[in-house]
Amino acid sequence: MAAETKESGKIHARPLSPHLQIYRPQITSVLSITHRMTGVALAVGTLLLVWWLAAAALGEAAYARVGAFIDSPIGLLLLFGWSLALFYHLGNGIRHLFWDAGRGFDLPTAEKSGYAVIAFALAATLVAWVVGLAVLGGR
Amino acid sequence: MATMGKKSLRSDLGRVRGLGSAKDGTHHWWGQRVTAIALVPLTIWFVASIVGLAGAPLAALKAWVASPVVAVLLLALVVAVFQHARLGLQVVIEDYVHDEAVKIASLLAMNGAALLLGGIAALSILKLAFGG
Repeated sequence: MAAETKESGKIHARPLSPHLQIYRPQITSVLSITHRMTGVALAVGTLLLVWWLAAAALGEAAYARVGAFIDSPIGLLLLFGWSLALFYHLGNGIRHLFWDAGRGFDLPTAEKSGYAVIAFALAATLVAWVVGLAVLGGR
Repeated sequence: MATMGKKSLRSDLGRVRGLGSAKDGTHHWWGQRVTAIALVPLTIWFVASIVGLAGAPLAALKAWVASPVVAVLLLALVVAVFQHARLGLQVVIEDYVHDEAVKIASLLAMNGAALLLGGIAALSILKLAFGG
């Protein structure tokens, strides 16, 4: 909305659309852009999924190569990042589906569900890695 | 939307079809939601399975995919993942790429990549399922 000039000649400030440089980040807006960023990251992450499936179909040598990559520091870091992104996008996606159904769209609920999504993403990632490393250690 | 009375410039046929100026209606929106709903259980199932397969030899992976239920669920996951990613990336490209030629080229490249990657994944699952 534009500024409005009153009879006195004084310019009254009116609400502006969110210019990112000056707009205070809020839990709702930060989680919104994070949903999009994790979505793009997960799309890139499908490259590893496809590589893993294709290598398994190709045979032992190719499967060993993808296994060695995942075991490397870079591979583990990528896998950890993607698992966190996946659980975040999953949790926040469910939050979006509730909004689509017209539920939980008021600000207090949206802020609470936002923090719940962060907690879920962190907890689910932790559980997945603890269980995964335990399975790996048991082999 | 606001002027659906006599002053509406929309033709009767256009209003009945309900496809709007983009000629697509809510098709894209629905596609994104339907795949999202499908991906909730599929993703949880897949991650739980993969965590259980951590460090597994190829033979164990093949034995897992040999089950018809697992193979079909994996195929469903791949279809839903790439359709969901395709629709999502389309919106991201449309939002941030403003040069028309670059935008169309990006959309074509992204859709082609999604189709090819999905195809490779699907064929790999079938090959594993049929004991290749």
